[in-house]
Parts: sequence; structure tokens; C-alpha cells
Amino acid sequence: MSVYKEFLLLKRDMGGVVTLFLMPLVLIITVTLIQDSSYKKENDVKIPILLVDYDKGNVSKTIFDNLQKSNVFSVVTSLDATPITEAVAKEAVFKGKYQLAIIIPSHLSTDLQAKIDQNVQKIVSSLGFADSLATKSNTKLVDQKEVKLYFDPAVQLSFKSGVMNGIDKMISQIETKSIYTTFQEQLGEEDAKFEQKSFITFKEIVPKINNKEIRPNSVQHNVPAWTLFAIFFIVIPLSINMVKEKTQGTFIRLRTNPVSNKIVLAGKTVMYLIICLIQFYMMVAVAIFLFPHLGLPALNVEGHLILMSIVALFSGLAAIGFGILLGTIAKTQEQSAPFGATAVIILAAIGGVWVPVFAMPKIMQIIAQSSPMNWGLEAFYDVLLRNATFWDLVPELFLLFLFFVVTTTLALLYDKKKRAV
Amino acid sequence: MKSIIQISNLSKIYKDAEMYSLNDFSLDIKEGQIFGLLGPNGAGKTTLISILCGLVKPTSGSFSIDNLIYAKNANEIKKIIGVVPQEYALYPTLTARENLLYFGSMYGLKGTDLKEKVIDSLDFLGLLKFADKRIETFSGGMKRRVNLIAGILHNPKILFLDEPTVGVDVHSKNVIIEYLKELNKTGTTIIYTSHHLSEAQDFCTDIAIVDRGIIYAEGTPKDLIAATANARNLEDVFISLTGKELRDAI
Repeated sequence: MSVYKEFLLLKRDMGGVVTLFLMPLVLIITVTLIQDSSYKKENDVKIPILLVDYDKGNVSKTIFDNLQKSNVFSVVTSLDATPITEAVAKEAVFKGKYQLAIIIPSHLSTDLQAKIDQNVQKIVSSLGFADSLATKSNTKLVDQKEVKLYFDPAVQLSFKSGVMNGIDKMISQIETKSIYTTFQEQLGEEDAKFEQKSFITFKEIVPKINNKEIRPNSVQHNVPAWTLFAIFFIVIPLSINMVKEKTQGTFIRLRTNPVSNKIVLAGKTVMYLIICLIQFYMMVAVAIFLFPHLGLPALNVEGHLILMSIVALFSGLAAIGFGILLGTIAKTQEQSAPFGATAVIILAAIGGVWVPVFAMPKIMQIIAQSSPMNWGLEAFYDVLLRNATFWDLVPELFLLFLFFVVTTTLALLYDKKKRAV
Repeated sequence: MKSIIQISNLSKIYKDAEMYSLNDFSLDIKEGQIFGLLGPNGAGKTTLISILCGLVKPTSGSFSIDNLIYAKNANEIKKIIGVVPQEYALYPTLTARENLLYFGSMYGLKGTDLKEKVIDSLDFLGLLKFADKRIETFSGGMKRRVNLIAGILHNPKILFLDEPTVGVDVHSKNVIIEYLKELNKTGTTIIYTSHHLSEAQDFCTDIAIVDRGIIYAEGTPKDLIAATANARNLEDVFISLTGKELRDAI
């Protein structure tokens, strides 16, 4: 009867029900669409960047060509049909009109070549080929060159370091290529061309299921993370439901009848757990059937749905336990709603929903281990990305269930202490 | 008559309060009485009822209900008491029937018995045609009547009523009082608080006038009026005992 009452209360609040089911879907679609680009090798939207070329040589041409080919940037070299100067580029970037400007210094190509010639000549001379290279002799002092990068102060550190690494790699390749070419020219052996491809390459080995590689994409990362986030948001309506009972006076009836508080809370747990599972299945359905129509990869749940449902069930229990504790302690909706929302966001943040736990500072990594959202998220990733079995999930499921038991017990004890006669 | 509620030296002081809400309060209520607790605002009436219903913990003293004490027999006590609080303790978005079926089920009532009991009670209090309307659409008087039914569906041996007729029209008040009288005839002991002194004078078999957490006078309405000089009714007794100063309290 308690479950039925909770069902009726929810049914009569259609606005609340729509919010409960619709908002998580809006959330998951929006976040996945936004984050999808960071998982794609090719992006429809290119970031415009400024390139100021004072070199006008081979090096700057190679940098320009590589940036254009990267599919990440569109290179802007002139504004209003006027070539960009460093001062203009600096101002535009620091004002946030562009995120990046690259300033290639003058004579970079010629000076690089001169420096390489000098170095190669020294090496070749020491090997006893000095006579044959007399014509290439050059002792002019070549200053070190500096490619300047201006970043919009608002860009994230990860973007900055990604760009800097990319440019560093590009310049290293240009230098290496020039060195090889110069050696070849100095030695004068046209037929014995150096192999200029990297000798050491790397290959990512990914897990396989049924000989099919499981390549992570934005959907497989985002759907579990934001599904969990939405499941935990059940804390807010549940705690409000409990606070309302106090302010409406029905709490007095619930406390003066012979039915134990445990039964009343069990009724709420069952009803809200059903809601959590409906939310979960709706989000999974959207990820499977709607995402492909939005240009996103479909969520692959093949062989995973039962284990995912189990993780959702235990995550829902943990969220409900927290909601019950909050609803028991809070006296007003003004206390429960903002606290619940903020607490869920904090749990999500330390649980690794936004920033992966491995990328957090050491202290936060330790704290993350205590977030139920981290246990749930790891369990979802274990199922979807690490090909885990039920037994692999037991530690995380146990922690989620323990969290439910502890929070509910605390709520019962608090309630008993407050009203014990 | 057999004692059904025995209160001995009961005291209650709330956290940060300067005065006791109940101060060494002792009372003996007999089975079958309609016992009125009358007093100005802040007298301690609601505190006493809350303690007797198990909602508030006393600071000191003891009490028993039908020879049972909460520490040992909380569930047994809850089965034999009915509570009609001052607030409309109902779910506003549920219908009258849904509210009553839910609260009735909390006392172990179920099936046809419960459904019939709900229909009979709603009928008696003139609400049957509104049975499937949401409580939020009801007037104050209608809510009070449903609130009353929710507390008595399980035929309690003892019924606690905290201001059951406050804010209702004359018609609703009469219906409620008549219903309570009928209930008392079936053996239910009623403990009732009210500010309506004329209503209490007609309705109660016994009265205690309470102020500042202590009993100023106790007896039948007739005896109390007779014992007070120049008193024509209970209101005169009340003013004579508690004075005329305002009792606004926080």
C-alpha cells in the first residue's frame, strides 16, 4: 500500500514526473553531442587560428600545410585582406577573438638550414670527408630561433598542452627531415636515400569481445556517466517528498500508526527504485535508437544489458539511501533541494563523471574512492568497456549496497533519536 | 470508572525555551470520558497530546496508556489510539478515498472491510459524493472531516483530538461533534483540546483548565462553573483562572 501511495503521489504530479524522465534525456543528449567531438578524429567544426609568417620559407610552408591537413584547425593568415602582424594577432587572441596565434620568426627556414649545414659539416669533417665538402663551408653564427604561441587566456590547459605538443612534434619532424636531407646532399650519394620514416611506431591494443575490438567512443563514456548522474538526482524529489510529509502534517499520522518507519521507507525505496530503472532504460533506449539519428554512434549493449541493469539497480539503491537520509534530516524544502543538488554535483565531480579519476590530484583520487558515483561509474565502465563478468562487479556492487544500508540506517537512527518516547 | 490514561509528574522543556511547556503535570483520565484540555495559547495542551501520542519525548515524569508504556509497548499503544492532529494531515493530491484507504491500511485494515468503513464514514460526515475528489480541492471544513475520519477508521480505544473544529463553519462543526458523540457512545475515550469554550462545555464530560504547563482546575463543566464565583459559563471560569492578558507565544 505504501508503494501504491507513492505511485499515486507521483502520478498526480505530472510536471514532476515529466521532469524526472525528460530532463535526464535532455542532459544525456546534450552532453554527448558536445563531448562527441573530442572523441572524433575528424571534426566538422574547425578551430580558426592565426598564423603570422615572417619566414616565408619551407619551414613555415610545412607548418601551414600540416595545420591545414590536421582537420582540427583552419589557418587564418590575413584579416580584411591584410597580412596579420604579430601585434594584431596578439591583440585578437588576448581579447578572445581567436584561441591561438602562431608567430613564425623571419629567416627560420634559412637559419635552420644554415645551422644544420654547420652541424652536419662538423660531423662529416670529423669522419675525414672535409675536402669534398669545402664548398659548403660556413662559419656564420646562427642564433636560436623561437616560434611564438599566443593563447586565449580562457582556453583550457589540456588544449594548450595538446597544441604545444603537436607543434613541437611538427618542428622536430621538420628538423629531422632537414638533417637527413643535408647529410644526403653532403655525402653526395643520390642513390643511397635515407629512410626518413620513424623507425619506432606505436599501436594501441584495445580489448576484444568475440574478436571485435571495443573502441571507446563518446557514447560509451557519456551514457554511463550521465545516466548515473541522473539516477543520483532522484535524491532531490525523494527528499522533497519526505520533507513535504513533515510540513503537510501527514508525518504525524505516519509516526502515530503501528506501521514501522522501515515499512514506510521500504515503500519509498521500491517506488523510487522503479523510477531509477525506468530512467536508466529510457536513457539506454535513447542512446541505442536516437543517437544514430543525431550523428552519434549507437550505444552497444550487446550482451551487457543484464549486468548494466544490475549496476543501475544498485546505483539507484545508493542514491535512494542518500535521499532518505537527506529527507529525514532536512526540515524544509529550502534545505533539502539545494543541498541535494549540490551534493550530487560534488559526488559526480569527485566520482569522475567530468574529469577522469586518474587525471585528478593524488588527494582527490583517494577521495574519489569514497564516492558512490565512482563505484557506479567504474562498474558501468567494467561492463561496457572492460568486458567484466558479474563477479568482477561484486566489489563495486557491494559498496553501493553498503552505502544504501548505512545511509538508511543512519536515517532510521536519527528519526528514532528525534522522536523516541 | 477504570483509569485509561495515567500521567505522573510529567515535565517538558523544549531546547532553548525559557519556560516549561509542562511542569510536573499529573492527570488521571477515565475510560469513556470526553476529556477536554482547555487553555490559552502556549498552555501546553498540544505538547501533552504530542507526548501521549509518542511524538515528543518528555523531559521527566511518566505516563501509561491503558496500562501500557511506550518504552515497552509502543506498537500496542499505537494500535489502540487514534490521532487527529491540528494540521490537515492528509496528502493534498490524493482523493479523500485514497487518503483514507492508505491510512486505514496502516492500521491493518484491508479489503472490503476497509472500503466499506471508508464509505460509511464519508457518508456519515456528508462527504461520500466527494470521495473521489482530491483533498486540495476541499474546503477547510471538508478537510477537517476527512482528517477526523483518518484518525478513527480503526475504531480506536482512545482518540486524541487537537483542535478538531478550528477554522470550520458551524455546519461542519456540528457534524463533527455529533459524530464524536456517537463514537464516544461506542466506548471510545476522547481527549480533546479546543479554544471553543462553549463547544467544550456542551461536548466534554470532564475538563482540565491548563495554563503555563500546570492544571489550574479539573472537573465536570457543571462543577467548574459552580465552583467559580459569578461564573455563568465555562468562559467565565476560564478568564477567572487564567486572567485576561494576551498569551502570544513563540
